[in-house]
Amino acid sequence: MKIHIKNGRLIDPRNGIDAVRDIFIAAGKVVGIGGVPADMADFHASQTMDATGHIVCPGLVDLSARLREPGFEYKATLESELRAAAAGGVTSLACPPDTDPVLDEPGLVEMLKHRAKLLNLAHVYPLGALTRQLEGRNLTEMCELTDAGCVGFSHGDAALTDTLVLRRAMQYAATFGFTVWLRPEDAYLAKNGVAHDGEVAARLGLAGIPASAETIALGTILTLARETGARVHLCRLSTRDGLEMVRQARSQGLVVSCDIAVNHLHLTEHDIGFFDAHCHLRPPLRTQRDRDALRQGLADGTVDAICSDHTPVDDDAKLAPFAESEPGATGLELLLPLTLKWAQEAGASLPDALARITSEPAGLLGIDAGHLTVGAAADLCIFDPEQYWKVEHKSLQSQGKNTPFLGLELAGKVRWTLVGGHVVHQA
Amino acid sequence: MNNPQLTKNGELKHLLSIEGLPRAILNHILDTAESFVGVAEREVKKVPLLRGKTVCNIFFENSTRTRTTFEIAAKRLSADVINLNVNTSSQSKGETILDTVDNLIAMHADMFVVRHSQSGAAHLIARHVAPHIHVINAGDGRHAHPTQGLLDVFTIRRYKPEMHNLRVAIVGDVLHSRVARSEIHALTTLGVPEVRVIGPQTLLPQDVERLGVQVYHDMRAGLKDVDVVMMLRLQNERMNGALLPSAQEYFKCFGLTPEKLALARPDAIVMHPGPMNRGVEIDSAVADGAQSVILPQVTYGIAVRMAVMSILAGNTE
Repeated sequence: MKIHIKNGRLIDPRNGIDAVRDIFIAAGKVVGIGGVPADMADFHASQTMDATGHIVCPGLVDLSARLREPGFEYKATLESELRAAAAGGVTSLACPPDTDPVLDEPGLVEMLKHRAKLLNLAHVYPLGALTRQLEGRNLTEMCELTDAGCVGFSHGDAALTDTLVLRRAMQYAATFGFTVWLRPEDAYLAKNGVAHDGEVAARLGLAGIPASAETIALGTILTLARETGARVHLCRLSTRDGLEMVRQARSQGLVVSCDIAVNHLHLTEHDIGFFDAHCHLRPPLRTQRDRDALRQGLADGTVDAICSDHTPVDDDAKLAPFAESEPGATGLELLLPLTLKWAQEAGASLPDALARITSEPAGLLGIDAGHLTVGAAADLCIFDPEQYWKVEHKSLQSQGKNTPFLGLELAGKVRWTLVGGHVVHQA
Repeated sequence: MNNPQLTKNGELKHLLSIEGLPRAILNHILDTAESFVGVAEREVKKVPLLRGKTVCNIFFENSTRTRTTFEIAAKRLSADVINLNVNTSSQSKGETILDTVDNLIAMHADMFVVRHSQSGAAHLIARHVAPHIHVINAGDGRHAHPTQGLLDVFTIRRYKPEMHNLRVAIVGDVLHSRVARSEIHALTTLGVPEVRVIGPQTLLPQDVERLGVQVYHDMRAGLKDVDVVMMLRLQNERMNGALLPSAQEYFKCFGLTPEKLALARPDAIVMHPGPMNRGVEIDSAVADGAQSVILPQVTYGIAVRMAVMSILAGNTE
């Protein structure tokens, strides 16, 4: 299948391209940018896409998307969520290991990779469990899991209170050069908490999670990273002070990366309003000062990437008093429009904004994706940056319809998504 | 943000929290309550305002006292009353709060009085019910207990009519107290210029001063020259642990004794939402003393709840 995408504005952050260029695709790969390669002078496209007024960029790379398989198929299935990925222009995604059973055995990882490959809607890169059953006691077979397809090791949202186990897990991962993905949160300080420990929690009578839950855990992780030499990626930072610690650690020479969730880029504790369970998220939405610091960190490069933190939850699980509702929000289809919204509000350039959801996260995952070099896999997203669409039940492909942005009109409509030269989404 | 308690015309539709209610609505409730105080003293203690209406008390958390006062209030308004104690076991069987509420809607209840151990439960129910149904929050987790807040300011107003010239201290476990939150909102809305909270850091919410109160950790300094002392109940399970070392030490530091009360204005009144822990948060000499208005609080509670129910029933969209 040969495809010709014409008249689109190509933005390829990694290659520093932002210009109207035609793209030519054959045999699943990009074969020409701006023109047909000399040895293909007789290129006859079987499909031509007119991308006039559209932006053509590398397919999005999402660092955290829960697909809920295996184990939670009533919340979402691999197929429903990979369709959501395609609809959101996401062509590669990392999924955390907190499924049921937990991704702690090579067979499970192979099965997931296999099922995803059959669906052929997006590339799935599992993060293996850092400890067996995510119980924080015994290490997993990291080498075997890596051979099965894991790109790193994570503890999901499960607590890892035993610092000796954490240190050993980091030492072991460092032995083989594996990346450890950790969301910094002190289990004791976060216990039972459902909202930022501040004004809103005080008003609504909700149990709080103080900012120190993040900074104390960060202190532990950063110290152990220095000591063990483990390559660490910090997931979903939420506080100003936490970000400052990362900034300082880096200035002292520590190699460490971090991401933030797209919800935290826009929302604060005040969005909880009168107990809106859609704003029940982990980590909790924090203060405006924290939100502004995250935006600043993104602008100055302290934050490497934005992830969707896609967590589909069924409607019933949100129809409960705030603390009893299940945390999480659907996000795969909102990653692009909410990143564009940030770029517009913060005055960031489109190439810079798109880098945070394409080339940067691809680099963190160590995968060959997130760029459109000639010869690269034809994973693309073609979107209309001006077209608004309303976030509502019927406009979302994900089985989870839960998001704080329900009812909002957002700019940035994905027209086509291509994975390996196949059109997996068209609207 | 729309206040979910108000109709489009700004009338009270549900009573979920004091927060965000205009002063005029609070005054209307308090004025209406004044007219009901006399009902209890009449030979026939009934008025026909809710005749033909069904009030359903749904208590997901046990409370005999509060449920009883709501029941009496509804009956004095001539309503039919259904009491439902939803024990935790039927909840753990998988029936959700909204399942329970749907069943009661099917029985044509007109008004729900709801108590639940989780903050936000009453808001959840109010969002769910049909437009003609009214919801009264009888206590949700740590969040709000608006009728208690109202009856407390009603009591204060009776003894200290000049609200704009008062110093009020709320003492104890503010962190876990829905009563304290409702009192704070009621007092600040009614224009009380100085509301103090007194307690150890472990029992005060982070950023509590953002609610418009002054924070004191020293009870003697906090009680100095106040006109009203509002004590809070300390739950048994919080007396020995990481929040507090012991009931004895708590009483020593934050218990209200005659000696500490002497620091307040000589005509200061002492209040408590009940049930009291004598010797833990309050000395019997104070609880039963001349400055105590704890029993009148209970009496006024019925009038205030009658006022809330009758006002809600009259406001339909």
